[in-house]
Amino acid sequence: MAGTALRGRLTWQAAKVLAVSAETATVRTVTLDVPDWPGHQAGQHVDIRLTDEDGYVAERSYSIASAPGEPVALTVERLDDGEVSPYLTDELRAGDELELRGPIGGYFVWEPEDGGPLLLLAGGSGIVPLRSILRHRERTGSTVPVRLLYSSRTLDDVIYRGELDNPAAGVEIFHTLTRHQPPGWPGYARRVDATLLAEVAWPAGLMPLAYVCGPTSFVEAVSQTLVQSGYPPQRVKTERFGGTGGT
Amino acid sequence: MDAVDGNAIGGLLHEVFGSEMTTTVGVCGACGTARQVGELAVYARAPGTVVRCPSCDNVLMVFVKIHDRTCVDLMGLAALG
Repeated sequence: MAGTALRGRLTWQAAKVLAVSAETATVRTVTLDVPDWPGHQAGQHVDIRLTDEDGYVAERSYSIASAPGEPVALTVERLDDGEVSPYLTDELRAGDELELRGPIGGYFVWEPEDGGPLLLLAGGSGIVPLRSILRHRERTGSTVPVRLLYSSRTLDDVIYRGELDNPAAGVEIFHTLTRHQPPGWPGYARRVDATLLAEVAWPAGLMPLAYVCGPTSFVEAVSQTLVQSGYPPQRVKTERFGGTGGT
Repeated sequence: MDAVDGNAIGGLLHEVFGSEMTTTVGVCGACGTARQVGELAVYARAPGTVVRCPSCDNVLMVFVKIHDRTCVDLMGLAALG
């Protein structure tokens, strides 16, 4: 029943869609009004539950894109064979209701007191929780130095492009486009490998804190390379989305 | 099939154990590796959810939902918490 969420327990509740905005051709950001939202940490996620008219239930997890203190926003990539994402990206409109529970997770989160320097590595829609971390850093006035390396297929697939083109002070952003690059592209143009990481990543001696998020193959390759280059495994936090899409 | 992390089942674990579990440490009963639950390998598309040790692949936890009940098998864990 709506409005009866007990503290400490994770209960499903109805959220109202405030806005849906396009990030790319296949990616939408859904901003929600969640009554009694207890607040979240940067990097946490929510579960979304859809029930069809026959009672069939599908649940998926989505990272929270907004910073703590901002309305809950989810950025969702449409997967053509998805059970949930096509509804969220194509059908959902402002005023609709959505069943949600959260916030969830304490492992892939960052607070200013966790320090840095921060190395954020995103493959495709893996940028979403890292964007929450970036916004949280800016809103809290943190001066922790940040390097973000973001791997996308093409320039048109880059999520939050406008925002990432104007980073806050102390944030360096590097893009790599793995499939197609526009003429005169100044960024990288290949998959993230050891050479690329050696150019972009903080030296291990600075004791950086790394967050890696994206498709499983991306996360495995990147996190293993970081550990081989001297990052302690406990300083490399990973979040695998599964699948192969987006990088 | 690709694995995801224990993060992905944070909601399910909260439902089963009644609290946030992704930072709780689980110890593999086969090889003794101790990892936070958020770091464990999760195969969520099996009939049910299978959690494996990222070091030795031992099955640590299995969750199967039958109607409104979740059946939980923690046989592969030496310790949790």
